[in-house]
Amino acid sequence: MAALESFRRETRAWLEANCPPLMRTPMPDDEVVWGGRNPVFKHPEQKVWLERMAARGWTAPGWSRAWGGGGLSPGECDVLAEEMAALGCRAPLYSFGLSMLGPVLLEYGTEAQRREHLPPIVRGEIRWCQGYSEPGAGSDLAGLQTRAVRDGETFVVNGHKIWTSYAHYADWVFALVRTDPRAKKHEGISFLLIDMASPGVRAQPIRLISGYSVFCETFLEDVRVPAGNLVGEPNRGWTIAKRLLEHERKSQGSFSDRHKARGEVPLPLLAKRHLGETAEGRIADPVLRDRIAAYAMRDHAFQLTRRRLAEERAATGSPGPASALIKLVATELNQTRLELMLSSAGTAALGWEGEGFGADELRLTRDWLRSKANTIEGGTSEVQLNIIAKRVLGLPD
Amino acid sequence: MALTLDAEARLIRDQAVTFFEERSPVRALRALRDAGDPDGFSRALWREMAELGWAGFLVPEAHGGTEAGALGLGLVLEAAGRTLAPTPLLSTALIGASALVLGGNPAQRAAQLPAIAAGTRLVALALEEGTHHDPARTGATARRSGNGWRLDGTKSFVPDGGAADLIIAVVRTEDGLGLFLVPADAPGVTRERRRMVDGRNAAAIRFEGVSLPAGARLEGGGPGLLDAVLDRARIGQAAEMLGATGAAFDRTLQYLKDRRQFGVPIGSFQALKHRAARMFEAMELLRSTVLAALEAIDEGSPDLPRLASLAKAQAGEAFFLIGNEAIQMHGGIGMTDEHEIGFYLKRARVAQATFGDSAYHRDRYAALSGF
Ligand SMILES: Cc1cc2nc3c(=O)[nH]c(=O)nc-3n(C[C@H](O)[C@H](O)[C@H](O)COP(=O)(O)OP(=O)(O)OC[C@H]3O[C@@H](n4cnc5c(N)ncnc54)[C@H](O)[C@@H]3O)c2cc1C
Repeated sequence: MAALESFRRETRAWLEANCPPLMRTPMPDDEVVWGGRNPVFKHPEQKVWLERMAARGWTAPGWSRAWGGGGLSPGECDVLAEEMAALGCRAPLYSFGLSMLGPVLLEYGTEAQRREHLPPIVRGEIRWCQGYSEPGAGSDLAGLQTRAVRDGETFVVNGHKIWTSYAHYADWVFALVRTDPRAKKHEGISFLLIDMASPGVRAQPIRLISGYSVFCETFLEDVRVPAGNLVGEPNRGWTIAKRLLEHERKSQGSFSDRHKARGEVPLPLLAKRHLGETAEGRIADPVLRDRIAAYAMRDHAFQLTRRRLAEERAATGSPGPASALIKLVATELNQTRLELMLSSAGTAALGWEGEGFGADELRLTRDWLRSKANTIEGGTSEVQLNIIAKRVLGLPD
Repeated sequence: MALTLDAEARLIRDQAVTFFEERSPVRALRALRDAGDPDGFSRALWREMAELGWAGFLVPEAHGGTEAGALGLGLVLEAAGRTLAPTPLLSTALIGASALVLGGNPAQRAAQLPAIAAGTRLVALALEEGTHHDPARTGATARRSGNGWRLDGTKSFVPDGGAADLIIAVVRTEDGLGLFLVPADAPGVTRERRRMVDGRNAAAIRFEGVSLPAGARLEGGGPGLLDAVLDRARIGQAAEMLGATGAAFDRTLQYLKDRRQFGVPIGSFQALKHRAARMFEAMELLRSTVLAALEAIDEGSPDLPRLASLAKAQAGEAFFLIGNEAIQMHGGIGMTDEHEIGFYLKRARVAQATFGDSAYHRDRYAALSGF
């Protein structure tokens, strides 16, 4: 305990000395730092902040120092997160490498793979994307058809991935490929790391209903990949693929509170602003008030549950099937919140672009549309319910 | 504050679960109901529970209690809820003890707490007057009379009120709501039994010119005393509901695996699987809120009122969902009195209404959150 307290004091002092003031303000979505070979920094402070945190390994505080991480214990990781929250520090880096690939390489990667890929992830030098889904393989992911054929010391990859988030900005992709077309569908899949700069890789952005373009169709044509880029055993990739999805779902647990880091107007305040308040300071419309209360309480119960499940699983380290529950509830909460934001704002949140609407209002409309993907991406809600029924409750097929 | 149980807490829980499974399974409730037992619970079993120290979990050691804390008592309540065991745990060990610990002066504490901890004195909180939980609309009164007080009014729904030796009456005084200690056999107190749908007893209680000494009022705890007591009651009720909801869920899940139709277990049908997963979700959220609320009592957290409303509302919703799904998924057998699952649905309705239903607590949570 005493050691943790002195760690807390040192951490607070370091953050106060090193986190630039601008990095202690809420972070709009378009100021998220994703890193990569061609990183985008809107403000020089973002670069400074990333470099300082990365130098301490605090972009990946729990990873071993051998891979550039912070080497912190789980208790120290919590303290760091608490102190960053207390000062309002922005996350220095968002990255699929940190939240998804890294944990899987730590568990299944070779020494050489870890040495090659983990330190650049910590420093935000390489941006990763996820090449799982295909036009014919969404919920039925194991039905994927992208082929990788061994040719000497390389694999030759041909196929068509879709919904690949940020593939047009990514440097590398972790992809699921079929290496044994004759085996049963779960038993012929391998987990392969592919440099997006390889000849034959092409990513084409797709426009969403929100007008944002966050994902791509990714075409792979005779792409040559070194055999050493295969993670784990050949044809045993499905186990790794599922473990990565657990990490993805766990990270999606923060969908329900990312808006807080953005400094968005809290829902009850928005409702009061547009619908008025009573003399006692309550939202004037009792029906909307009740719906907002139901949402706020569900969110509160969810935050407690996420904490409890994390505590319970602290011993084992892996998120396990409980991550399906976290993903299910967090994504629905985010959608409920945005529906209630729109109900509160009325026609002010129905604009598309141009005059007559504030930037916040236009963003709200787009965010509402974007949130509809939350219950689809990372495995649909129906798939999460299937997982809970089967793997948590043990119901028969 | 950790939301996971340490070894000591797990020991309390496991002991309680075994105790109620062995000593008070659902058929014990059925037997009490069928016999029309005037108390609605077993006094012999209550003595055993008191010997285990459960009646004195919140009572200071100086008064013969164990002071083991609200979390421990909550875990015992949860275990009692699993088998729907009717016990005075909530009315006496939680509410009675809390009211005296928070509001009693040294003389009142010395007079009541040792007997509460020993299990020899039963307590009931007389609050509700209408059909809905609404402390603000209390109409019963206490007026100064000579050196003491005179109590008048009618209480419509007092859980365990018939068996109580000591009634804690919530009444209006010249300076707001007050809590008064009323011996159940005081002249002017009349009690009528109310048999509830869940097989337990409540009482309608009339106070007609009941004269009480000056020292009958619980003066401690300030104007927030009633809320503080009620919040503990709500959390204890939610803990019991957590147990009952969990047992109803476990039984239904087992039935989904055992019952076969169309040549397969009914639990293989996706329409039922998804609903089972939703029940699991409700259970997990409920467990977290109840644990957080129990720990908030022990830690004296300033967020206790909000957590109490959160836990009680979540308990109401989860028990409603699972109580109803349990009947539906059992099919025809679920509608029979012979099957035990129906007892859970009945408890769900009574427990929801006790100390405020989910709608009441959503409104309260919103008010406490500033909207
Ligand atoms: C914004 C966004 C970003 C994404 N990013 C990525 C990414 O970076 N990388 C990547 O690989 N993929 C990504 N995806 C793809 C995502 O994982 C898939 O869309 C998702 O798995 C669903 O697959 P599908 O779109 O083919 O829908 P389908 O599988 O065709 O599903 C259609 C409907 O049928 C239901 N359904 C299907 N099977 C079942 C079943 N067994 N039981 C009950 N209902 C069922 C689904 O729940 C859904 O409602 C992204 C998707 C979105 C929307």
